[in-house]
Amino acid sequence: MKKLEVDVHHLTRVEGHGNIKIRVADGVIEELKLEIVESPRFFESMLVGRYVDEVPHITSRICGICAVGHTTAACRAAEKALGFDPPPEVGALRRLLLDAEFIQSHILHGCFLALPDFFGVPSVLALAETMPDVVKTALRLKRLGNTICETLVGRHVHPVSMAVGGFTRWPSRDDFLHVKTMIEEAADDLEETVRLFEAIETPSFDSPAERIALRSEGERYELLEGVVTSSAGDSVAEDRFDRIIRETTLPHSTARHAHTERGSFAVGALSRYAVNHDRLLPEAALAAERLGLSPDTTNPFHNNEAQVVEAVQCAGEAVRLCDELAAARPPGRFKAVARRAGRGTAAVEVPRGTLYHGYELDGAGRIVGANCVIPTGQNQANIERDLHRLVGVLLERGEGDDAVRLGCEMLVRAYDPCISCSTHFLEVEFVD
Amino acid sequence: MAGILKPKIGVFSFTGCEGCQLQVLNLENELLDLLERVEIVNFREALTGGTNDYAVALVEGSISTASDERELKEIRRNARLLIAIGACAHTTGLNGMRNGESAKLAWSRVYPDRAFDANVAEEVRPLCEVVDVDFTVPGCPIDRDELLRVLTVILAGGTPRPSTTPVCDECRRAGNECLLDDGRICFGALAPSGCRAVCTSYGESCAACRGHLPGAPVSELMALLEEKGIDREEIILRLGRFGSRERAVAALLEELFPGGRNAQEAAS
Repeated sequence: MKKLEVDVHHLTRVEGHGNIKIRVADGVIEELKLEIVESPRFFESMLVGRYVDEVPHITSRICGICAVGHTTAACRAAEKALGFDPPPEVGALRRLLLDAEFIQSHILHGCFLALPDFFGVPSVLALAETMPDVVKTALRLKRLGNTICETLVGRHVHPVSMAVGGFTRWPSRDDFLHVKTMIEEAADDLEETVRLFEAIETPSFDSPAERIALRSEGERYELLEGVVTSSAGDSVAEDRFDRIIRETTLPHSTARHAHTERGSFAVGALSRYAVNHDRLLPEAALAAERLGLSPDTTNPFHNNEAQVVEAVQCAGEAVRLCDELAAARPPGRFKAVARRAGRGTAAVEVPRGTLYHGYELDGAGRIVGANCVIPTGQNQANIERDLHRLVGVLLERGEGDDAVRLGCEMLVRAYDPCISCSTHFLEVEFVD
Repeated sequence: MAGILKPKIGVFSFTGCEGCQLQVLNLENELLDLLERVEIVNFREALTGGTNDYAVALVEGSISTASDERELKEIRRNARLLIAIGACAHTTGLNGMRNGESAKLAWSRVYPDRAFDANVAEEVRPLCEVVDVDFTVPGCPIDRDELLRVLTVILAGGTPRPSTTPVCDECRRAGNECLLDDGRICFGALAPSGCRAVCTSYGESCAACRGHLPGAPVSELMALLEEKGIDREEIILRLGRFGSRERAVAALLEELFPGGRNAQEAAS
């Protein structure tokens, strides 16, 4: 009878430290887990007692890849706690920065982390020798995301001028027009990337999932705010997300597992596409069609293609936002928001899914309690469930250890887990 | 490091946000040129199948667990040159904010329903408190160009020189108005230059993420800020964000939290 063991210690080409452990005896899966072994960082202990103005600068350091996302979530949650409603231009610039982060993160994942598997090489460095043009295209697109952030907020890894209340430096009209030109000049590179993924054969695998993403009123493919919306029909305001999403801790993970009343669920590019596909710009909808995506897809590997679609979407949306911001009257000189007691929770879409930050402040504006729910933590239960199904399929096909191992690694990579993030969540219960 | 063979480099990561190794990948324009001159043989985030045969180790992150410490010592044994990259590796960076509080207490807050993991160290340490560090590229995150400069000097067999002038010099050259004059807390006078004063140029005050210069005027700056009516507690908290390993800052933190943060909670 079939006996099989897969033990991937420190899975490579993912962000952070994780292990895959699978044990099969007599054709039965006896053990299967995705272990999250990143060192805990105790952000909540560090935050308690700090003034609210510092929070975005501290929580940005949860993760270098999703730094704009964490900073945005922290600013929005803090503003809600302080009862401050920023002007619309501030929201527009935050959207533009999220677009830039999505382009940089999706290209990094698609071309640097996932792509090598499809060409049977260990890394993008090997691809640099055999397919230099592909790598150069990816590097230019990644640079685009970084340069947008450098121009507008100083840098991408730990953006400088994003603050509670707005921006400590408002970009000039020329900055917005410069960024717009750069994005327009990247059109050919985006087209090359779509073509590259068109040519790749996605593993066929069927594993339906409940999909959750933000969706807002209006016509926007939403990233910044909105209603938490499930493909199963539930929807709930962002600060009430815990009514449909529950979290538990498990012994093999320094992240938390999340589920709805129906079980595990998925967040990320494919879920946003499933929930908001009717909002895509025409060029992104066309890319989705060319890449064979369908809103009711049941194949989690399609997350790679959904990320490419979002790169096209974000570039198009960013151009529109640059026009809007270049024409808008800049807000006045930055002023810190007055400190006061309060609590606030905000949701933001970040490259890997919906991110929630929540803070409670005392009368002096100091943190009393903090909570942060990370996309990879939300996906972990669903990843394990998919791994179960995939191993079952591969065993049925009579595949050996190596094929099972590679299949599992590729599946986990398709989710683009951000393990640093998932273990750096903040968890202090709100005091009632 | 001269020779026909390309020097082999490993990139390693301990406790931190992995933003500094991302900055290595963010050398987009220079990455392919760099790969003409060096061979990257170990880089978990980017590469499958790493080896222990490397001459230069770039190490990001702080040492916060027993396994971190074991792995760092092994890297030190393998590498001829060990370069600390980023504030977490250099000074513990922001991770040091959890020091001064019992690890068990911190754990119980984060994972209230799980037993304490004995792998977690009581204190977070920078690399230099565990092994010998040959060079440091400071900052949170590191500046890509500074990393490239340091690597270029090292590959040419030279010794990179740390900056001896404060961020204020670069900030003035950038034509910025002084944030202190605006009544803001700013630590540019304490930290070594080399970051192009990016924060102050974007309207945000310097947090001294690059560490403190020898003899940094901490008490003079404290007095100046207090004279401007800024709350002493807030200044100390801000100094502690990146500076908890600096002796002058540690003394101020002890003044603010006698016996350590949450000493009363820990005792109860």
